[in-house]
Amino acid sequence: MKTGVVVLLVAVATPALAQDTTLVQGGIYQRPYLVGNSRTAVGGYLEGNTNWFVTDGLSDGLSMELRRFNIFFYSAVGRRLRFTSELEFEHGTEEIALETALLDYTISPHLVVRGGILLPPIGAFNVNHDGPRYDVIERPLVSTEVLPATLSEVGLGIHGRFGRRATVFSYDAYLTNGLTDGVVNNGSGRTRLADGKTEDRFAEDNNGSPAVSVRLAAQSRNWGEIGWSIYTGAFNRYRVDGVVVDSKRSLTMMAVDLTTAVGGIEVRGEVATVSLDLPEALRESSGDRQWGGYLDVVAPVWRPRIRGLDRPEVSLVGRIERVDFNVGRFSSTDLPRGDEIDAVTVGVSFRPVPGTVFRANYRNTWTRDLQGNPRVRAAGWQLGIATYF
Amino acid sequence: MRGRFGAGIVRWAAVLVTGCSPLVPEAPSDDAVLDGTLPGLTGVQVARHLAGDREFSRTFGAAEGLGPIFVAPACASCHVGDGKGHPVFNLTRFGRALAGGFDPMRTHGGPQVQNRAVLNYLAEVVPASATGVAVFTAPAVSGLGFLEAVSDSTLIALADPFDADGDGISGRLQLLEPSDFLAEVERLDLLFDVEASRPVPVDGKYIGRFGKKGSAINLLHQTVTAYQQDMGLTTDLLPEDPVNPAVGPFAGDDAPDPEVPSSVVANVVFYLKTLKVPPRRNGDDPAVKLGGALFAQIGCAKCHLPALTTGPSPIKDLDRKTFHPYTDLLLHDMGPELDDRYTEGRATTSEWRTAPLWGLGLAEAAQGGRIFLLHDGRARSIREAIEHHGGEAATSRAAFRGLAPDRQELILAYLRSL
Repeated sequence: MKTGVVVLLVAVATPALAQDTTLVQGGIYQRPYLVGNSRTAVGGYLEGNTNWFVTDGLSDGLSMELRRFNIFFYSAVGRRLRFTSELEFEHGTEEIALETALLDYTISPHLVVRGGILLPPIGAFNVNHDGPRYDVIERPLVSTEVLPATLSEVGLGIHGRFGRRATVFSYDAYLTNGLTDGVVNNGSGRTRLADGKTEDRFAEDNNGSPAVSVRLAAQSRNWGEIGWSIYTGAFNRYRVDGVVVDSKRSLTMMAVDLTTAVGGIEVRGEVATVSLDLPEALRESSGDRQWGGYLDVVAPVWRPRIRGLDRPEVSLVGRIERVDFNVGRFSSTDLPRGDEIDAVTVGVSFRPVPGTVFRANYRNTWTRDLQGNPRVRAAGWQLGIATYF
Repeated sequence: MRGRFGAGIVRWAAVLVTGCSPLVPEAPSDDAVLDGTLPGLTGVQVARHLAGDREFSRTFGAAEGLGPIFVAPACASCHVGDGKGHPVFNLTRFGRALAGGFDPMRTHGGPQVQNRAVLNYLAEVVPASATGVAVFTAPAVSGLGFLEAVSDSTLIALADPFDADGDGISGRLQLLEPSDFLAEVERLDLLFDVEASRPVPVDGKYIGRFGKKGSAINLLHQTVTAYQQDMGLTTDLLPEDPVNPAVGPFAGDDAPDPEVPSSVVANVVFYLKTLKVPPRRNGDDPAVKLGGALFAQIGCAKCHLPALTTGPSPIKDLDRKTFHPYTDLLLHDMGPELDDRYTEGRATTSEWRTAPLWGLGLAEAAQGGRIFLLHDGRARSIREAIEHHGGEAATSRAAFRGLAPDRQELILAYLRSL
């Protein structure tokens, strides 16, 4: 401990044994870090999988992808100061991003001041999305396609928690630069908030009107955690060089997240809505209202005794999810707009140690286009690994 | 025991997840879809077809040059599954009648409204001074290579502008004024023709065959015009962004031009040329056959020609083939019922190029489970579409009305089989 490097488990993420008791708010610190003899700790996680899918009888065959290799840095800068950051490499070096780099100044547990590149707490997944915490390989559609997870932004704000050990109430409130014009007229052909995450938002706000995000949550040892969050702000560049050139257009996301356990079965889910102020001509074709949700169930079924492994566990896994990218009806036909996806995933996970998971998933998706034509089904198999290090 | 239990769990889960369907989806039957390649393409040709397919499906964003004004962000927005379009992406065109002819009102942004715009730009509206407004529902694109491969001389032979045969049908050629642009479009297209079977200019004008009014001479012409007018995308042939006159000239977008390289245009044109023929269903059903005979008997087949033959083509599947599009590619007067007081080229406002009927039975699979027929999608059923036929088609419509209901149903069954 005094010399050399030792492994210290600061906390175990998703301890697979029934309920995940990690607070969403503190999730970024609830990770295993490799600690040196300095004040800075290094850790990370790796996530990869195979894909074999068939759509309309056609398949591109088997392929493999290394989704993420993320490196964490943590430093107790001072008695009341904590720094953490996350550097993300997606698909090798195809995309490199500084996902988190923030400083927390703890005035008291009730009031912590935060600044830097942070994760606005819109839904639980946007904050706690490390691959090893999940038993399904794909990220929830509502989180990535309706909400813009992972959304990291430059900003500042406060957070804190209240309550006794049995029940904790927490809050987060931040100002950030917000999303940009890319939420519409993007390469997705629909409103997609994730396309509004342009790189230049780390340098400046595109319209000088910060976005506001707030999350309120309650966590109980008995029933888990429930959270409500909102994110709202202008997204278009309505002001150029100080001159107003367009109407100010805003978007609002709201989400409710739940993490609980029922009879030893972990249940986790999230429902989110998005509404945007779009020019009238774009509302039908792009979508000015969206919603989606998912529900994960992880049921431990076998805890084998395997020499050398700490608490190995096999679980059955299931997820149902739905996203509707364009809520409403066509004015020209009075028929419902389509553009929606339903998905069901079942699988098995094996956690040889907490923080490492082997995953086998069988996934079906049914996609309906904007016009409302018959759904197109895709189905296939995925094998994956995810591990903290 | 444990293994059987595990297998049972997997089977149960599969049933739960797929709803008793196969574990992975099977291909739809060939006669249920419009997309697909010509059957005789080589591997290289299929690869180019698929490259064009990807571009046809590609959605453009503002960063890639979409707009600044546009109607749809992708070819496939209007032609879902290569089928007919949905009203949400209808095109609106306008103009005004002047003493000297029809004015497409280019200085007002005509002839097409780009009714959508990227953020911080202004979408167009139909100017109040327009006297004619027509709405166009996008057609299916399957089989277009065959229509293109029909030689001009065949169309000239089919035309009967003065109804010389006295059958009440007077198909006219759409003729387009020569221009440098059309000359270049034709030159590029002919680079790959093995034999100059086309063009055969009439009075120095180009024969148009694509579009509701027949205002495009070939698929290259149609493609670059759609990129520009429907999607606001520039090409080497049409390098200017459409702009809203209310904003002003040169107020295009910031994307470097051409926004769609010629290689992409070529792939998309090749894709369109090599799409398969829209498949038929139940063609051997005696009732359908009887419906086909009635269709011809009441005169529908005089314009909706059941068979055409292509001229020489470098693509084997298109080379001198007889096919069944149910069109003569000529302009016909459809009467006041379909007169929107708008026109293109030399067509009158009530003249429309005969719509191919192939693929009609698969229309609803691309139009959201409903059908929207005729040039603007106003007809919500095949029967309703027939009822809108006037002018040269009035006699056939009257004959249809005169049939017993069960005979009418035979014709409708025949049309649904196309």
